[in-house]
This record gives sequence, C-alpha cells and structure tokens, in this order.
Amino acid sequence: MSAISREEVAHLARLSRLAVTEEELDTFAGQLDVILQAVARVGEVVAADIPPTSHSVPLTNVLREDVVQPCLSREEALSGAPDREEDRFRVPRILDEDEPPSPRGEDGSAAEGKA
Amino acid sequence: MSDVTRMTAAEIAGLVARGEVSAVEVTQAHLDRIAAVDDRVHAFLHVDAEGALAAARAVDDRRAAGEELGPLAGVPVAVKDVLTTKGVPTTCGSKILEGWRPPYDATIVERLREAGTVIIGKTNMDEFAMGSSTEYSAYGPTSNPWDLTRIPGGSGGGSAAALAAYEAPLAIGSDTGGSIRQPGAVTGTVGVKPTYGGTSRYGLVAFSSSLDTPGPCARTVLDAALLHAAIGGHDPRDSTSIPQPVPDVVAAARAGATGDLSGVRLGLVTEFSGEGAEPGVMAAFRDAVDALTKLGAEVVEVSCPHFRYALPAYYLIAPSECSSNLARFDGVRYGLRVGDDGSRSLEEVMSLTRSAGFGPEVKRRIMIGTYALSSGYYDAYYGQAQKVRTLITRDFTAAFEQVDVLISPTTPFVAFPFGSRTSDPYQMYLADLFTIPTNLYGGPGISVPCGLSEGLPVGLQIMAPTMADDRMYRVAAALESAVGTLTPPEL
Repeated sequence: MSAISREEVAHLARLSRLAVTEEELDTFAGQLDVILQAVARVGEVVAADIPPTSHSVPLTNVLREDVVQPCLSREEALSGAPDREEDRFRVPRILDEDEPPSPRGEDGSAAEGKA
Repeated sequence: MSDVTRMTAAEIAGLVARGEVSAVEVTQAHLDRIAAVDDRVHAFLHVDAEGALAAARAVDDRRAAGEELGPLAGVPVAVKDVLTTKGVPTTCGSKILEGWRPPYDATIVERLREAGTVIIGKTNMDEFAMGSSTEYSAYGPTSNPWDLTRIPGGSGGGSAAALAAYEAPLAIGSDTGGSIRQPGAVTGTVGVKPTYGGTSRYGLVAFSSSLDTPGPCARTVLDAALLHAAIGGHDPRDSTSIPQPVPDVVAAARAGATGDLSGVRLGLVTEFSGEGAEPGVMAAFRDAVDALTKLGAEVVEVSCPHFRYALPAYYLIAPSECSSNLARFDGVRYGLRVGDDGSRSLEEVMSLTRSAGFGPEVKRRIMIGTYALSSGYYDAYYGQAQKVRTLITRDFTAAFEQVDVLISPTTPFVAFPFGSRTSDPYQMYLADLFTIPTNLYGGPGISVPCGLSEGLPVGLQIMAPTMADDRMYRVAAALESAVGTLTPPEL
C-alpha cells in the first residue's frame, strides 16, 4: 500500500507554493512514497513516555542588553529585492480591487500556478 | 621555492610570518592552480580574485608595518556558498539566489577576515546543502579529484574537492547530516562537524536550524584545528551559540600527533560495524582500528540501539525545518521572481518563482516536511522523530560513560560514479547513515582519512561528547601520524 497518493502530493505542492507539472507530480508521488515508507520506521520505536527533543543546546530565553547594534541600512536591506517602489518591497496584487477579502482556503485550494 | 599549493596551512602561515613568501604570492599561486584545474574539477561557483589579492596585500602590509600576524594570516580559504559574503555572490547552489550579493558577512566569514585568511572564492554544493554528491547543485556537479567520473561527496563537495585538488589549503563547510564529514571521507581530506552551538550560524543560510553546523575542512588534522579555533566561539547574534570558549583543539591536535593514545578508550558502535557498508570500507576501517590499538588506545564495543532509527528520524526533522526555513524564498526580498506580468496574483507568482528556482531534491524535502508537520500526521512523524532524537541522545550519553569517543566508518561507501544514486533519492540518503546520529545529538564529529578501498579514500569518523571537540582531534591526529595523509593522483 502506498503511503501517499498523487492527490495528496498535489495538495502538498499547493500548500508549499510549488507550481508542479502533471509529469512532476507522477515522479514526486512515487519518490515521496518510497521516502515516507522508509521514514515511517520511526513508528517502530516505543516512545510514548519519552519527551521530545527539539534542540540539543539547553539554552532558553537568551537575552542581551537593550542597546542599539549596527544593522543594515534601508538601502542595503532593499539591495537584493527583485522589485521595489520607493523604500519598499513591491509585490504583486494581493487582493482584487472589487472583491472584499475572502476567507482563505475554504475548499483547501489556493491560487494555482501553471508551470 | 617549492610549490606552496602543496603545503599545509600551518606551513604557509609560517612562511608568510617569516617573510619568506608574501601572502600575495601564495594567493596568486592558488588562483593559478584554480585556473589550471577548476574547469575539470568545478569546485568553485565564484572565484574572487580581486578580493583575495586585496586581502593578501593587506596581510603583507601589516607584516611590513611590523604587526604580529595570527596563525593563519595569509592562508587562502575556500568558503561553501551557503555562507553570506558581503558583496560577493552567494547562491547556495540554487537558481533562486542566482546573482544575489548579500549585504552582510556571516560571523564565520567575519572571523576569517579578522584572522587574516584570504577568502579565495565560494564553493559548489548541493542546493541548499541537501544532498550527498553535489549532483543537486543547480550549477552542475563537482568532480572528485581522485577520479573525475565520481562524486566528491556532498553537500560540501566543492570545499572538499578544492582541498584535494590543491586549489586551497583550507575550506569552510556546513554539516547538517554529514555534509562536511562525508565529502571529507570520499576525497581523502579532513572534515569536522564541531559541537552544535560551538560555531556561529549567523549568516549561514538556514536549512535545518536545529542541526546546521558550520565547520572546518583541511588536508591535515592540525590545519583543521587551527581553522576551528579561528572561526569558533560564542556569537551573541546566534541565539543557540554556546557561551563558552571552544576547547583547545590546536593543543589536542599537537598532543595527538605524538602518536600516544595510552589511556584513551574508543567505543566501536556495534550497530555500525558492518551492516550497510561496503566490504572495502570495513576492511580499511578495521585496519585503522588496529593502528589505533597499536598507539595504545583501548577499543571496546558499545551498543547504541537507537542509532538505526537516526536516518528515518533525520529525514523527518530536517525536511520539517527546511519546509519552514525555505518559505523565505518567495520572490519578494531577494533572489528570483518569475511570472510577475501584472496579471498574476502574489500566490501565483510565489508558486511560479519557487517552482522555477528550486530543484527537485529541495522540492521533495519541502513537501516531505510539509507532510510531516500537517495536522493529523504531526504526532506520528515529526513528534515521534523528536522522541527518537531524545533516545539517540541518551544512547550517546550512556556510551560516553564507558568510552571517551565513539568510532565508525564515516560513510558506508567510497565515492560513487555520477548518476548512480540520483534515480532513487533514498539511496542517496544512505550516504549519511553513520554521520547523522551526531547531528541529532549535537556533539562533534570528525572524518579523517584512514586508507583506500579500490584505490579510493576511506574515512574514519570519531564522535565525541558535546563541547569535547578536543578529544576527537587528539585521536584523529594520532591516527594521521600512524597512517599518514592521502595524496590523490595528479590531475
């Protein structure tokens, strides 16, 4: 039995903002299936009472003095932007002009790009 | 004068400090070597001749002014293209960052400059450090100087190949699951993953933040230690940086070079003593263990029962963190933007940009991570992997109550031919079978050349407790004193 379906891979691609072609979907579905079946072996370990480790360094709440440090200038911060307008990053339109903001992902699908 | 490109970093620094050769001459010799061989090796994505010569001139000027130079002043270093270099292209081996010139230096890069080393260029790598062969670089693979039809390891294959091809005596890598140690092993060079938190991640483009560890690569253990000392130590700009000095790895390397390991207990990991490794690799490894025994070390077998779950746990944790970290590549603040013709929405442009900019392995890992973090799957995958991580850490802690360090082969197989593991991504993942446990635990690991199999280098891995990096340097230097360094055939 496969661990993941082609439809699920298409959904993951959408969630990941990756516009994949039909051909890529076929390839990825097979490969992700192999990988997921292999990594599912972690389930063999009896670990109900074991605390999780997110990180190996036992540091929490690392603080510093509240002193201004040198940082990037506005020009430097914008220097790599693919597009800018005045002192801002310019992005494509997020909302349509005549549409009110709609609740996102009602049907689980976001805008889908074509590659 | 003999060829400076064949010298160790320590030798070069000595010559420069004594004024027997100038830093400019050293740099030019390496630039000439790169010009002569890099069309075949392709270790570099960007060679910064101008910047390197300027840095070298500054070292020569300082010496002329009577200033005392540091132990690596004037030595060229190649930097993996995953670390930001101010004004110098940084691509991470990805099309999505093609042409990007970062506005700041990584802490490691800053420290390299302060140490007077000469940054000669940026090295090739699997895209965003995901891979074990450099075949996942968007700019074409790097060849192994031992056999140009074979992989140099990965993800830091460029850094390791640059050393083996005598294009640089020192290099920087980053190790998330073995990306410094495995390339070291298959190119016959030394690769060190320091203790997590012992080297700064500031300016290291993030792949898996709880695992990523920058570290030194060199042709000798002492050179690696000198570089480790130069780049390591606390950095307030990295919130997981350990606020303690790096152990004295240079002294440990010098002590180990005397070849005396009496009183040192080495743990042979039972679970890594055969299964999954090529016979030739195991034979070279066993010979090296015999050599270590002759130097006075005591070898005992230690079981680490959860190590067999390290690979699956890693391939859930690392992709999960990657899926989150790589969300920043959205075509807004830096890098590529595709399809922004005025008719498409932000989401469409992001999806087209990411599809065009990322290669297949990065896409696979982003999707695996997204899957493992999804509600409904989280507990069974990511949550369970984090618990396995705890058990692996406990295995290490228990083992280090019995022994000083653990040893294993670095990687199960010697350098493999191009294309032999790309069709099944999981076959590629197996290259990191022996290196991954250390990343999950957070301790240090080193790969040191230990012999040949079928004419190709084999590495021995030494794993030490957290912040006991010096222990592994001592053992590695002792092994090096017994078996020597490896010299690849002439290119």
